[in-house]
Amino acid sequence: MGAGLRAFAGALVSSSRDLLPVVLVVMFFQLVVLQQPIPNLFELIIGLLLVVTGLTFFISGLEMALFPIGESLAHALARKGSLAWLMVFSFALGFGTTVAEPALIAVADEAAAVASADGAIGPTAQARNAYADGLRLTVAFSVGFAIMLGVVRILKGWPMHWLIAGGYVLVVTITFFAPDEIVGIAYDSGGVTTSTITVPLVTALGVGLASSIRGRSPLVDGFGLIALASLTPMIFVMLYGMAIQ
Amino acid sequence: MSLLADFLQTLLDTLHDVAPIAIIIAVFQFMVIRRPVANLKQVLIGFVYVVIGLALFLLGLERALFPLGRVMAMQLTDPAFLFDGVAQLSGVIHWAEYHWVYLFAFTIGFSTTIAEPSLMAVAIKANQVSGGSVGVWGLRVSVAIGVAIGIALGAWRIVTGYPIHYFIIVGYIIVVVQTLFAPKMIVPLAYDSGGVTTSTVTVPLVAALGLGLAETVPGRNVLIDGFGLIAFASLFPIMSVMAYAQLSEFRARRAKRNRTGSG
Repeated sequence: MGAGLRAFAGALVSSSRDLLPVVLVVMFFQLVVLQQPIPNLFELIIGLLLVVTGLTFFISGLEMALFPIGESLAHALARKGSLAWLMVFSFALGFGTTVAEPALIAVADEAAAVASADGAIGPTAQARNAYADGLRLTVAFSVGFAIMLGVVRILKGWPMHWLIAGGYVLVVTITFFAPDEIVGIAYDSGGVTTSTITVPLVTALGVGLASSIRGRSPLVDGFGLIALASLTPMIFVMLYGMAIQ
Repeated sequence: MSLLADFLQTLLDTLHDVAPIAIIIAVFQFMVIRRPVANLKQVLIGFVYVVIGLALFLLGLERALFPLGRVMAMQLTDPAFLFDGVAQLSGVIHWAEYHWVYLFAFTIGFSTTIAEPSLMAVAIKANQVSGGSVGVWGLRVSVAIGVAIGIALGAWRIVTGYPIHYFIIVGYIIVVVQTLFAPKMIVPLAYDSGGVTTSTVTVPLVAALGLGLAETVPGRNVLIDGFGLIAFASLFPIMSVMAYAQLSEFRARRAKRNRTGSG
């Protein structure tokens, strides 16, 4: 038990170290630049303790659950040798984790409100909801597609940079045809799709898959799923903007 | 008492976030693979840790850092702060007046990325599969520098009002050229670092900064200019991680040459 306790204390210390820069930045700007007192110092300290404890639990849970389950699923599906099931699984994982993502819901609602204020869509709540839902489904579909494409890439051993360069060419080309209002949202939607729980799971899936196929290197072939999941939403959201227009 | 209520609410939100993942995994585990999970008890405990940890983490951020950070972003972009209460004479603001905003963007980008849990996950995994040749801290610091530069440049872009896609296109060209010269093993990892940087910690603060800037800088449109910071934060880490790998390769080669030269 003593060893476990010591490991926990060590994890707490490293979580505090991870958080220290943010605290220093906020303090510096509050006290030196804006020259204002810290409001609710007690509340702030409680909050920081919660953050540090939470981070410690999260990192332990990562090693106990998310990494092993992602890798064992990848191994099992690779052993089963069914490409169809692997593709269904990777699409479902990408779509399912994104469609309910709170950051995406927030961005979609925000985008709908601004689009409505600008007159790009109707001023009714119904029009806004339809726009936001369409945006969410588009992004979720594109993330599902990306994970599926990434899994096929690992199986076939395609070099990552060809996919990325091809994606970039598409993004740039479509940018010239997409309405200006959608471009910023489209570029941002790539960043908001990958949540804190999805990233470790998808990373473990890719690495597990690459290490269970002969001739693939986990480092060169296993990574890249998240990159694709950040790239495809830009393409699909701009297409969505063009379709709505 | 409100702390407990808030905690339960955040826990519920996190469960809602985890539910689709858990359902998909369960369906595949029991209906497609049809084999029991190894170490089921440990995995379940780990899942509970992940959910509780994330809930505590988000709750703490929401109570402590986010309110302060949001108010700060608003205050720093407020013309009253920028011009010391003196009304500006012309409608034109020089971009250099916003120097504190750029410094805030840079430092908040760096420090929130260091605290980003999903980046820690990728760094831990990369360190494991590379047999230690990709350092956890080296990766995290180089990603954080990339995010810092990206957000500072993005803030400058909102102030000056240059179109976002020029920056993105130039960034893409740099990434493609770098890809040709960077060590092959780092390339997919570098691409991934672009996507992991922008989740729980960075997005709320950075989005507040972007919207605050777009609202207060004259002539900016919130829809066109307010968004886009996150895109910058996803692009620049790709460059900085490849640069980090190129730099370490270069140094290793030079060290080797020095050794063979002297011996």
